[in-house]
Amino acid sequence: MTFEEIHQRLAAKFGDRVGPLAPANKDPWAPVQPAAILEVCRFLQEDPDLAFDCLMNLSSVDWPKKNQIEVVYHFWSYSKQHSFIAKCLLDRGRPEIASIESVWKSADWLEREQFDLMGVVFTGHPDLRRIMLPDDWVGNPLRKDYKEQAEWHNITTTRESPLDGFVRLDELVKKKASEKKEVLQ
Amino acid sequence: MSKHYAQDIGSVVSTKASFIDEIINLARKSSIFYLLFGLACCGIELMQTGGPRADIDRFGSVPRATPRQSDLMIVAGTLTYKMAERCRLLYEQMAEPKYVISMGSCASCGGLFQYAYSVCKGVDKLVPVDIYVPGCPPRPEALTEGLLRVQDKIIRERWFSERKMIGQKQPGLGIDYKVTA
Repeated sequence: MTFEEIHQRLAAKFGDRVGPLAPANKDPWAPVQPAAILEVCRFLQEDPDLAFDCLMNLSSVDWPKKNQIEVVYHFWSYSKQHSFIAKCLLDRGRPEIASIESVWKSADWLEREQFDLMGVVFTGHPDLRRIMLPDDWVGNPLRKDYKEQAEWHNITTTRESPLDGFVRLDELVKKKASEKKEVLQ
Repeated sequence: MSKHYAQDIGSVVSTKASFIDEIINLARKSSIFYLLFGLACCGIELMQTGGPRADIDRFGSVPRATPRQSDLMIVAGTLTYKMAERCRLLYEQMAEPKYVISMGSCASCGGLFQYAYSVCKGVDKLVPVDIYVPGCPPRPEALTEGLLRVQDKIIRERWFSERKMIGQKQPGLGIDYKVTA
């Protein structure tokens, strides 16, 4: 099935909750209301014509000016050899969306990664904790306004450059010579 | 045996070891067992160094799989903060006297990944380092040279007499293992 056909199926089933297909320059995508994501995913997987048996990727994009966080879902069907992309726009202050771990198991770690790096909270996730960074890390590094901590467990997170205050040898010799001249005068 | 840190070495090197010291040190320096601790692509070069072509086995240096049997820790590769705690733990588990080689620019200062949020900017923020081997990654010859410099250090140490400690302070350690859950 083509992208348009899949989108028509979804629009017929869910109505307003699935937005119009966005004409992107690459893969077209459809916005999905965050409240409906779990139902949409279940339909995509269970419908025999769609038969999406794989969640290829689950990522997110930070939009600080729009004050939004976008969760992007890439679906793939091995049996039908077609794909689909859905996006959910969330509030940047409180990004919360239902977990789709119950539909595809691969969402487990992908959602943990987004929770770790972007701070998206997936409600209903069985084991939502940081996956890459240490458990007591502060902040979400992939957000645009992330500021690194000054130190972590008393390890400073910056390294002073050995070239700070570095003077070239010939310049040092010149400087010393000029100083000597001044003293003599 | 008192603790041994990188900044004390200056005083140790300048001393002349006695004959009996040299005999003991000859045995010590010819059996430096290093800890297999590869973290990134430097780990591949570390394996090459142990392999038949560079073969640091001929200096009596063989890899050990446990810190309890090791004299030398070669920190080979990018050290993340999550790994930093484990690195410190491995160092603590080694028996004195122990030596550390920081292999490659990542272990020395963070290297290419210095501006990354997750990378520790140099292993010397955690453990005292004896030898820094530059390179990205260093060739096996460079690491062999680093091992020879550790041997130079060992042969000059005074073993029987009490070591003169200058400026005895711990480098930027900070992980308190008393609070491990």
